Amino acid sequence: METALISPAGASVFGIPTIIFSVLIPIIGICLFAVIMKKRIAPLLKASPDSRFDRIPERVASLIKLWLMQYRQPRYMLAGVLHIMIFAGFLILSIRSTSLVVIGFWDGFILPGFKGIIGHIYNILKDYAATMVLVACIIAAIRRGFFKPKRYAVPEKYGKDHTAEAIFVLGLISTLMISESLYEASLVAAQVISGSEAEFLPPGTLVWVFKNMLLGASSESLQTIHLGSYFIHDLTFFFFLCFLPMGKHFHVITSIFNVFFMRLNKGNIKPVRYGMDESKLDEIESFGIKKFEDFTWKHILDFYSCADCGRCSDQCPANIVGRPLSPRFISIKGRDHSFKKYPLFGSEEKMDEVLIGSVYSEDEIWSCTTCGACEQECPIMIEYIDKIVDLRRGMVDEGMVPQSLQKPLSALEKRGNPWGKMEKKRADWTKDLPEECNVKMLEKGDTAETLYFVDSITSFDDRMQNIGRATAKILSAAGIDFGILGSLEKDSGNEVRRFGEEMLFQDLKSNNTEEIVNSGVKNIVTSDPHAFNALKNDYSGLPPVEHISQTIVKCVKSGKIKLKGIEDGSRIYTYHDPCYLGRHNDVYEDPRAAIDAIPGINRVDMEKCRDRSFCCGGGGLMLFYEPEEEQRMGVVRVEMAKKAGANVIVTACPFCLVNIEDAIKVSGMEGKMEAIDLAELIEIHIADK
Amino acid sequence: MALQIFTYILHKDGVIDDTALEMVAAAGKIDPAASITAIVVGSKTDAVCNSLIASFKEVWKIDNDALSYPNSEVIRGLLTRVIPKGSTLLFALDPFGMDIGPGLSIKLEGAYVPDAVGFNGIEGGKLKVVRQEYSGQVSTHVLCDISGGAVLTIRPGAFRAVEADAAGGTVIDKTADAMTGGLPGGARRYIEVVQAEVGDVDITKSEILVSVGRGIGEQENIDIIKELAKAVGGDVSCSRPIVDAKWLEKSRQVGTSGQTVKPKVYMALGISGSFQHLGGIKGSPFMVVVNKNPKAPIFQVADIGVVEDLLEFVPLLTEKINELK
Amino acid sequence: MEILVCVKRVPDTAENEISVNSSGSDIERGDLVYSVNEWDNYAVEEAIQIRDKVGGSVTVVSVGDAESEEVLRREMAMGADKGILLSDDAFAGSDGKGLATILKAEILKGKYDLVLTGAQADDGAGQIGGMLAAMLDWPYASLVNRVELLDDKKIKIGREIAGGNQEINEIDLPCVLSIQTGINEPRYVGIRGIRKVASVEIPVHGASELGLNADSVGKTSAKVSRVDYFVPVLGKGAELLEGSIEEKVEKLVELLKSKGGIK
Repeated sequence: METALISPAGASVFGIPTIIFSVLIPIIGICLFAVIMKKRIAPLLKASPDSRFDRIPERVASLIKLWLMQYRQPRYMLAGVLHIMIFAGFLILSIRSTSLVVIGFWDGFILPGFKGIIGHIYNILKDYAATMVLVACIIAAIRRGFFKPKRYAVPEKYGKDHTAEAIFVLGLISTLMISESLYEASLVAAQVISGSEAEFLPPGTLVWVFKNMLLGASSESLQTIHLGSYFIHDLTFFFFLCFLPMGKHFHVITSIFNVFFMRLNKGNIKPVRYGMDESKLDEIESFGIKKFEDFTWKHILDFYSCADCGRCSDQCPANIVGRPLSPRFISIKGRDHSFKKYPLFGSEEKMDEVLIGSVYSEDEIWSCTTCGACEQECPIMIEYIDKIVDLRRGMVDEGMVPQSLQKPLSALEKRGNPWGKMEKKRADWTKDLPEECNVKMLEKGDTAETLYFVDSITSFDDRMQNIGRATAKILSAAGIDFGILGSLEKDSGNEVRRFGEEMLFQDLKSNNTEEIVNSGVKNIVTSDPHAFNALKNDYSGLPPVEHISQTIVKCVKSGKIKLKGIEDGSRIYTYHDPCYLGRHNDVYEDPRAAIDAIPGINRVDMEKCRDRSFCCGGGGLMLFYEPEEEQRMGVVRVEMAKKAGANVIVTACPFCLVNIEDAIKVSGMEGKMEAIDLAELIEIHIADK
Repeated sequence: MALQIFTYILHKDGVIDDTALEMVAAAGKIDPAASITAIVVGSKTDAVCNSLIASFKEVWKIDNDALSYPNSEVIRGLLTRVIPKGSTLLFALDPFGMDIGPGLSIKLEGAYVPDAVGFNGIEGGKLKVVRQEYSGQVSTHVLCDISGGAVLTIRPGAFRAVEADAAGGTVIDKTADAMTGGLPGGARRYIEVVQAEVGDVDITKSEILVSVGRGIGEQENIDIIKELAKAVGGDVSCSRPIVDAKWLEKSRQVGTSGQTVKPKVYMALGISGSFQHLGGIKGSPFMVVVNKNPKAPIFQVADIGVVEDLLEFVPLLTEKINELK
Repeated sequence: MEILVCVKRVPDTAENEISVNSSGSDIERGDLVYSVNEWDNYAVEEAIQIRDKVGGSVTVVSVGDAESEEVLRREMAMGADKGILLSDDAFAGSDGKGLATILKAEILKGKYDLVLTGAQADDGAGQIGGMLAAMLDWPYASLVNRVELLDDKKIKIGREIAGGNQEINEIDLPCVLSIQTGINEPRYVGIRGIRKVASVEIPVHGASELGLNADSVGKTSAKVSRVDYFVPVLGKGAELLEGSIEEKVEKLVELLKSKGGIK
């Protein structure tokens, strides 16, 4: 095809053939990029092992859903849609950009398979894509620059504002879109002017607009624009490529890997060391994360991949109530530390090796309730809980444990419960049960089909014991043959593990596992989501575990339990999703179904519910540790319930009940708001037989 | 033969400590026939000695300008020189008594029993002492061979003070005997007392706590609690909601997430008694509860309950206590 | 600085309801758990911090039966360099002076600059430090809540006195200090830490190793001995004051006075 303009491969400027530039720019760009990437990969190679090469089909499926389909983006609608526009545009334009680079030294190059009709269709598509990306960039820049959504703000203690970088990159992307379009538009304009055959430009696109603007231009101007825009595009393209690994836009490169290697299990905690059998933990010299390279390679990849979008911190209850924790900056600080320790120029810096006290603070790491809201939100599956637990393991190993946590931990070691109450009193809560409700004592040699795993708080706390009794009455009413371990039961250790005391957790786990297996039960039911999570996801070799809400739903469906109607019609119930039932185990519907099974009940959902539920303040050892905070999480949650128009908060977790009942008192809403456990609610509505 | 009992008198700025007369009671409990001698060490102690002769037959005085602050290492040396072997010595259990007692018993080659709360007579040269262990959860009888002399420390408040009965005693100046050989105990030199910062009270060390909870209602009302604490000579502590409301400092919070306190008397005002709060109270103190809700769980663990609105009750209580003073 | 810390294994009284056995000869120990005396933990932490600052070593020592090894290991897991168990049948029934005699013998076997004890124990008398110092003719200070090193001859210490005030002294080395809680924040020791020192040998010294005459310690030498335990009489639940509000005030003031609730 005759062209009206000289291509970059054939042109000369001041007697110098431009092909030199179109060959040199990619070579220099790619070499530079390779050097940068080598530096970036270095810490990954020194990092701790991580096992992420299993379950490939699942990984591919997740990649398609979360990366290609951008499944989580629309959770923040405007930002999400803008991102999808830019992301989709990038995918489409990557082909065009690649072929443009080659065209610089290979005149008329067309990617294989893009000849003919496919090429034309692609051209239309990419023209719309470029236009869409530019529009998205403009909206995004206005949004960031003028409207400044709160979640992008950088608190003073974390350094300078990140807006400039964001706007700069939006500018780079826009430059790519405009230069690509000008390159094409100038050629088409010249073809049209010269009357030769021109590529069809879809109306309304950026390139179409430019072409129409250029129709009156001289051929010299068009030639200059054609070459100029080509090299602006070429330079910007390679500059952008090398700029990506410098900051938050690294995610453009790393997110595909980050999603592919994502954590596939829910509710569990990473082992102390991947590939190391739990029985050999004693051989490990140092536990947890103390220095940067103690992070696993995947966790460093997480740092690289953080796009600084702030969704994690926007959902993080600790951040919202003013605790010194913002998950976003766990990543950003980790990334900045990595960049500083492994600089692009020069060799690895000898830096203060201990992260706690330099990069992260003790209070910051203890502030996390492990509620999982951050991980639920991250569009590219960055993990926080495992990192925080690993950092805690490091602190525990060094003896850096807040005094208020040392006592419950040592009580757990000696007595199997954080209060240090005597083992023999563990079943005392059953004493007030009516005679017809028979709780079998498996420690005394009784056998039962089902084990009710009570766990510490329900066994020992005066108020929470009522949940135990309600659960026992429900099981009994449903005719389930059940028993408890009594003094043989120890704390499930869900929080012990999450507070970094792995060896203590292992002790609790092996005790409970042995006792449960020896008891010969066929299945386990628990009313404590923390126990539910630990037994289900941290333990192994146990009979199936069920939360009481699941049992209730089954028994109601099968007619084993009949519920009577609600008496007080003025009550409006709302269900608070406990983190360890909902987010960590995907049990959202059963508790709601159980509540709704009460005839005539009026239930509303709070705005933040299901996987966006707001943590009550944390369970287990969190009861013993109070970081500096402006407000209690429970108080915030009670406000949410009020806003939803509810006057009864139903929980399905003893820790939630502690925190929410406390919060009702603190916020002076006694008499106006009430909290009740699901088991208690169901138990009082069991119809008399 | 009647025992010779010496009781060490605590005094500060010319004021005799309340424990002085409790010691008379304690000595009487050990042996009603004992001859009791007060020991006063310090500088410019004449006024102190003269007022003590109302309660003691004999007051021994060791007076020197170098003794203006009670440095227990110095005083131990002085007492070793003047106290006859085989005597029984009583000290109040306070930071001074704890400092001097054990070492003095070694130097006097006598027995040592700290923190006595009662005495059950002497049999065969052995004194039966009542003590408490495990934060007062159990009591124990201890036999102490006092035939070769003994040093005992007495828990303040455990013995009801004996009123002065015009004993008409005499003051005997033992300064010369005690100072023969110069001032002892030079290896430990007193420098100064650093006063606790205001608002920085360590409630874990308080013996009387006036603790306030949500029943107080509003921040302005905290003052009535402060006044009561001042009247009884205790410190103000609180439950978590008060700290949450930022009405009092975090350092005053009692509970599993706050401070663990071991007072002798605990007054819970407007506190319902969550397990987190009660978990912070150790040592089974004498607990007084004022709460308008008779069903508040804290009544179950309290010794004395008052079902009243604290806003009404506390000011009356403060007034009454202040009247007594 | 060579530091020796005396530690003791005691029943853990938090939440443990201590009760007396049927004969009153002892408390019910069946359901008890044991740990290192809380005050001793602060003393060991202080010793470790001093050593980390100026060098030297920390030795922990305990008088007791074989089970006391457990607390020595815990303190070694915290960072003490060495543990010594002083154990002998002849030590049984020792009073405070007897225990101090045993400890003194061990101290004189080494060259220590500083000896620390906890200020008290739940089942003890807060006496060992003062007795030891007097026997050694070393200076002593009790209830120490601050230690500041001046030079290798003397240190500056703060003592806790009434009203939360602090008495500052200068004290010559070697000396004995009894350490009060709150002086520092003892580090955490988990199961893992203890397992790491599980195989470190802990020497056991008896009366003969210490050159002690059997009748200078133990029951025969003791001037103080326990007769029995008993439970002090306590009321059940709150006694509710009756009458008008003025009457209640009146009654309460009387009660407070009698219980030391008014200073």
